[in-house]
Amino acid sequence: MKRVYLDYAATSPVKDEVLKEMLPYFSDVFGNPSSVYSYARESKKAIDKARDIVATTINAKAKEIYFTGSGSEADNWAIKGVASALKNKGKHIITSKIEHHAVLHTCEYLEREGFEVTYLDVDENGFIDLVDLENSIREDTILISIMYANNEIGTILPIKQIVEIAKRKSVLVHTDAVQVYGNILIDVIDLGVDLLSLSAHKIYGPKGVGALYIKRGTKINSLIYGGAQEMKKRAGTENIAGIIGFAKAAELAIENIEEHATKLKKLRDKLIEEITKTIPHIRLNGDPIKRLPGNVNICFKYIEGEALLLSLDLVGIAASSGSACTSGSLDPSHVLMAIGLTHEIAHGSLRLSIGDFNSEEDIDYVLEKLPEIVQRLRDMSPLYEEVIGGN
Amino acid sequence: MYSEKVMDHFSKPRNVGEIKDADAVGQVGNAKCGDIMKMYMKIENDIIVDVKFKTFGCGSAIATSSIATEMIKGKTIKEAFRLTNRAVADALDGLPPVKMHCSVLAEQAVKTAIYNYAQKNDLYFEELEGFDPDDLECHH
Repeated sequence: MKRVYLDYAATSPVKDEVLKEMLPYFSDVFGNPSSVYSYARESKKAIDKARDIVATTINAKAKEIYFTGSGSEADNWAIKGVASALKNKGKHIITSKIEHHAVLHTCEYLEREGFEVTYLDVDENGFIDLVDLENSIREDTILISIMYANNEIGTILPIKQIVEIAKRKSVLVHTDAVQVYGNILIDVIDLGVDLLSLSAHKIYGPKGVGALYIKRGTKINSLIYGGAQEMKKRAGTENIAGIIGFAKAAELAIENIEEHATKLKKLRDKLIEEITKTIPHIRLNGDPIKRLPGNVNICFKYIEGEALLLSLDLVGIAASSGSACTSGSLDPSHVLMAIGLTHEIAHGSLRLSIGDFNSEEDIDYVLEKLPEIVQRLRDMSPLYEEVIGGN
Repeated sequence: MYSEKVMDHFSKPRNVGEIKDADAVGQVGNAKCGDIMKMYMKIENDIIVDVKFKTFGCGSAIATSSIATEMIKGKTIKEAFRLTNRAVADALDGLPPVKMHCSVLAEQAVKTAIYNYAQKNDLYFEELEGFDPDDLECHH
């Protein structure tokens, strides 16, 4: 059976070039970089080089790049680390209602620890109100954490403007750029952010490695204590092969970023246009223009997302949904709720996220299968029956 | 995640549709919950001679609706009352714990349809003692 993977926002396969680069670091070059012998120096040198490469891809200095175990760890570290370092200055943090759980649950944890958190509302496309942001900043605000682009609905947020507002009041800004990396060129100097989270496995690198950019001079406490790794800020023997893979993936992603984004946008727009043309009663979620190149998120009214995913899987198409039934909780995705969708509509959401290995044929295959799947489920739905005027 | 039985009933659901001149109609769940099950029955001499369903919901909601209709078709009303959510889940070779509410919904849909039949025809069933479809809640 034909198989089409359209969940690149969840994870991506490791590219051959990346894997090839990684392999020696599992066996041939294995020395613990913290030791003194030649084995260690080889590993150390490789990590230093990788740090340089990753730094270059976001216009940072090598000393501002700290490798972590994941994007989630980078988010946790940025928020907890700043909160604990600046708690005597203030205990107020600002974030948005559409952040990744790695940010939201960290903020909720800090609330239990005595911090106050403002969760900014977003409009129907997922944008925060910048006036609202400015008004939320208080004397005791120590950090603003707003994602660069949303993982579910693909909306790209105006981080540069957010930083401008924050800087006027001398507040640090963290942004989760995991979905943006490799899709839009990131320049930390131009953006002006203080902290920025990255992950390798969304850009055809390995799982289990991410990075936190920490602007020089930013006050932050460690999350993981132990050895002197990562400039004494993040203990734990380095995931050498992972770091090497991350750097190679980052290098490839930035090298081909224009071509990659153009290709994805073309496929994305074809999917959105054709679905809109062929299937009635739908809603495109996220901003139509300020949108990640590979993100399609559509609600199909009168049907439920998990049933849609299972049906797509039966014909070999892998996608995701913000439906409650796929999360095992009572409520549909917090992002879809935050943009003002009713439960009923949010339950029928479908996210198709396109990546480098997708072809136009893949998109055509989805466009061939999706209308009949949606129709089959609608024909079974009592909600649809009411709409088309059944008994 | 799902058994082959669940996937079979999800991909080839039995008894989907409506019965225009149904003797009994029962609808349970709500869109907020993410599941709505609507069941139609044709009843002759206390026997459910035909049953059809329409469901808005996840894979297991569709599968439980489908197998529940199979389990009560041709049965007497008394027998239909004995359809428990456990029996529905077992017939599907089990459901993931978070999906057990779907089987509860199927049991309630059957009961609600018979309740509707009893109301319309002024009939009394001891199994419906204390049962009120309006009191049902989300079973997530």
